Amino acid sequence: MAEPKILDNRKYVIGGIALVIVVSYIIRLVFLQLITSDYQTSAESNAFYNNIIYPSRGVIYDRNGELLVYNQPAYDIMVVMREVKDLDTLDFCNTLHITRERFDQRMAEIKDVNKNPGYSSYTQQLFTGQVPPEEYSTIQEKMFRFNGFYIRERTIRQYKYPYLAHVLGDVGEVSQDIVDNDPYYQPGDHIGTMGVERSHEEELRGVKGIQVLLRDARGRIQGHYKNGQLDRKPVPGKDLTLSIDVKLQALGERLMEGKLGAIVAIQPKTGEILCLVSSPTYDPRRLETKEKRAELYNELREDPLKPQLNRAILGTYPPGSTFKTSQALTFLQEGIIDPHHTLYSCSRGFHYKGMKVGCHGHGSPLPLIPAIATSCNGYFCWGLYHMLSNRTRYDSQHTAMTTWKDYMVSMGFGYKLGIDLPGEARGMIPNADYYDSRFKQQWNPLSVISIAIGQGEVLLTPLQIANLGATIANRGYYITPHVVREIKNGQVADSLKVRHYTKVDSTYYNYVVQGMRNAVTGGTCRGANTSLYEVCGKTGTAQNPHGQDHSAFMGFAPMNNPEIAICVYVENGHFGATYGVPIGALMMEQYLTGELSPASEAKATAFQNRHINYDSRAEKERKREKAPSNSPKGERVKGGA
Amino acid sequence: MQQTGNNKGIFLSLDWLTISMYLAMIIWGWFSVCGASYDFAHPDVFSFNSNSGKQLVWIGTSILLAASLLFVEKSFYEKSAYFVYFMMMMLLILTLFIAQDTKGSRSWIALGSTIKLQPAEFTKFAVALTLGVFMNRYGFTMKRTKDFVQLVAIILLPMLIIVMQKETGSALVYLAFFLVLYREGMTGSLLFTAFACVVYFVVGIRYGDDWMAYMPVSIGEFAVLLLAQFFVTGMTWVFCKNALALRIMLYGGVGATLLAILFSAYVIPFDVCWVLLGICILQIIYLVILAIYHRLYRYLLIAGFAILSTSFFYLADTMLEHLDDHQRIRIEVLLGKKEDVRGAGYNVNQAKIAIGSGGATGKGFLNGTQTKLKYVPEQDTDFIFCTIGEEEGFMGSAGVLLVYLMFIWRLIVLAERQPDTLGRVYGYSVCCIFLFHLFINVGMVLGLTPVIGIPLPFFSYGGSSLWGFTLLLFIFLRMDAERNFKKNN
Repeated sequence: MAEPKILDNRKYVIGGIALVIVVSYIIRLVFLQLITSDYQTSAESNAFYNNIIYPSRGVIYDRNGELLVYNQPAYDIMVVMREVKDLDTLDFCNTLHITRERFDQRMAEIKDVNKNPGYSSYTQQLFTGQVPPEEYSTIQEKMFRFNGFYIRERTIRQYKYPYLAHVLGDVGEVSQDIVDNDPYYQPGDHIGTMGVERSHEEELRGVKGIQVLLRDARGRIQGHYKNGQLDRKPVPGKDLTLSIDVKLQALGERLMEGKLGAIVAIQPKTGEILCLVSSPTYDPRRLETKEKRAELYNELREDPLKPQLNRAILGTYPPGSTFKTSQALTFLQEGIIDPHHTLYSCSRGFHYKGMKVGCHGHGSPLPLIPAIATSCNGYFCWGLYHMLSNRTRYDSQHTAMTTWKDYMVSMGFGYKLGIDLPGEARGMIPNADYYDSRFKQQWNPLSVISIAIGQGEVLLTPLQIANLGATIANRGYYITPHVVREIKNGQVADSLKVRHYTKVDSTYYNYVVQGMRNAVTGGTCRGANTSLYEVCGKTGTAQNPHGQDHSAFMGFAPMNNPEIAICVYVENGHFGATYGVPIGALMMEQYLTGELSPASEAKATAFQNRHINYDSRAEKERKREKAPSNSPKGERVKGGA
Repeated sequence: MQQTGNNKGIFLSLDWLTISMYLAMIIWGWFSVCGASYDFAHPDVFSFNSNSGKQLVWIGTSILLAASLLFVEKSFYEKSAYFVYFMMMMLLILTLFIAQDTKGSRSWIALGSTIKLQPAEFTKFAVALTLGVFMNRYGFTMKRTKDFVQLVAIILLPMLIIVMQKETGSALVYLAFFLVLYREGMTGSLLFTAFACVVYFVVGIRYGDDWMAYMPVSIGEFAVLLLAQFFVTGMTWVFCKNALALRIMLYGGVGATLLAILFSAYVIPFDVCWVLLGICILQIIYLVILAIYHRLYRYLLIAGFAILSTSFFYLADTMLEHLDDHQRIRIEVLLGKKEDVRGAGYNVNQAKIAIGSGGATGKGFLNGTQTKLKYVPEQDTDFIFCTIGEEEGFMGSAGVLLVYLMFIWRLIVLAERQPDTLGRVYGYSVCCIFLFHLFINVGMVLGLTPVIGIPLPFFSYGGSSLWGFTLLLFIFLRMDAERNFKKNN
């Protein structure tokens, strides 16, 4: 057969294909391994080493450009286990001021995959962090002797003032959970953990830079890969300017010494928070070094009065009589009351069908403005009673209650306001469904009457109370309160420029403003009266399950063109006029005149030294902590609007 | 015939050169697996918890398997080939239903909790045997369409099932059998057509979006049409030896193309591809006329090729648009159209870095950093060649390729010396399967062929593949050892 002969030649075709494949692959290998220097600078074995360059974290200023938080260099000692050879351990320990045991323990911890999940013997692992600059120079000199150990420059936060701990927050080492979920972070990185450090982490941190380096088998750096084409420069973090006035904040913290509570001041036109005091507080400067920081956190954890809790946005309190302003506005808008002609009687309180809400002595019956000025309980209880039982306007009690709730929500209650700080509480505004389930459908206006005077189920944060003050000052709208005023080379959210109008017309606000003005000139807030500017105010004396009444004050000034709205809340401070009014007056004076008069200064010192005894509270907390309980705080109720 | 005497003779006539290459490669492979799966936290390479320890078990059992295969006579395969083929197809189909989903593929059967087998690795030998027995039949000829179709069906059936198991890579390996068919007489024009399609695809897609200077002409489209024109002209000459037709096509085609380019460049810029497309259509019409005039079937086949060539670029372009994004990006990255070192190109780029960093002599056993720092994915299976390149350098990686070349060359020699078609077909099947694996696997690591997940025989970690290749090879070695014995039964 002739054909098989021809076919026999085909073995050369198949062999030829194999030869062509192998030869072309070998040529490719020659390029990859022998010629191209992209992957290989010489015959020595190289590996990439990504050197991370940390950007400087943005610094923080107050509204007047006063520096609050800045950075100082600190040094981390890093170790690459594979490269640790011939280490003079004694010398190393002496240089770092650690014991031999500590050294062995730390090395074991690094290698333990359970404690250090990202461990690799080829990459840098954190041996010890935050070596102070004083020690750095001696370590730096000796570093060449310690094979496998490296110094990484980092920065630590420094605080200029002992104030504003809750707002500034803290920067700490990133948790494993975040490392797993966010590719930006690596173990040992820093991240904002509280306050604006956390809420503005992305602006403050900047973007890490990277140098792609080549190194030989002994870990010696051989130079930049591809002449640094792949290197990235770090982008520094953006500086923040807060809306806080640090002088006002300092005064607030001083006045709140020895008292539990909060002060929130807002610039009504802009929603900018001028001060956010939560007491007790702590000195943020104690966060600076590792030792002091550990000690501080221990102390904070142990303290039964919970200084770590930012009461200004997390504490929820009965607003007491400050809430009456919101009721007046609701009743006016709904036509329940007439500002001039509606008169409600008050026989030292609200008495009806066996229901009794007490009041103090004043003339009766009263129209709206004097009712606000004298803080008449009877007036507002009657108002709510008439609203909830009005069947011409609302088809049912349920509808009336829902309408009431909608007014409250429109004023910023019952939901988070959206401040740019983490962990804000929403407070509590009960709605019809809430009462339906609580009273098993069996409720009437009298069962809920105490909400009209800011008691009962109603709970607000001091921020929400201050925001109510700002809303009244603005005659009907508020801007979401916020602490960051400006981001350098950045932009604050557009949502911070939006006016949130309440459901109440601007004209009705003038009656409430007048009532609050009268409270200062001749009512419950006389202590806040001054000839320098026209103050409007409303006291609150809130009953609560923790003993003595809470003292509250909500106000703003000047009456026309307001510059500051404020809420002062002192736990167990008794009458609103006892603590709330004088502290509020001092704060307004400081902000509006830029300083305190000598008389006021003396008064401030007196208040600074006037402490409230919370021993029984502390004792209770301690006991509660021993007995395991899930509810964090008795005052906080879930549900409602 | 005495069984013992037979086996003794078998022992003497075994091809020990192939066996020593086999042993050398599996031992070399084991060292590579050690390098690839080495974990600094658990440095014991013999531990059965590590892949290197497990691979030792696979190697041991493979050698046992190889030894026992040497006792199975060729006549057994002759008799049972169809049955084995049938059983293996059943097993493949069964796998479709009982396999658990492993990374989207349904090709692994779990035996107990630790052992998993991939039947697709074992069907290759059954297909090879069946092809051999089928073609060994008296009166078989590739020229008869019915026989040829049956042959193709034997190959395509397992491919189809394996594709259904979502193991496209393993299925593509069966294309290697067409090379065997070529050796046995299949017309070379089919192979050439396949080759031409690949060239059209690569050139057309790679340069499809690049434009000629000063002309609204896509370089990719232009190049493909020009190639088609030349291929058709060439085929007309090679298969029909018609000098007049060659001259008409060559001068006419080249002349018209040149005129069109000059006109477009200096007079009015227009898309020259229309002219080329016209030339191709004229060629097709001319070929059809020739076929009728000369009453030669071949002209029609060439015309078919011309139609395929002309339309291929447009078909491929449309097809590409209908692919999933990730598949299209993969193809575009492979063709160098896009650079995407973080996404689709990541594996290949890291593989190149690892190999490149090995240099001439490598970083030494267990010292490779790129592979050990887990830059390279699948480093002990599909990307094992990286570890060799990094730890053993050019010496090692080129060495592996050369050993493979010797191995394939030896298999061709063995296949050619078989006394019957069964032996030869089976031998070439073994040879071509190894060649295909080498081509795709190493090409993928070097960034020259698409990323298709198939192992490098004897080097990649894995029991199924090692057993499968051992089975394939040692059946052939026993056949080869029997070549000098006369058939008694």
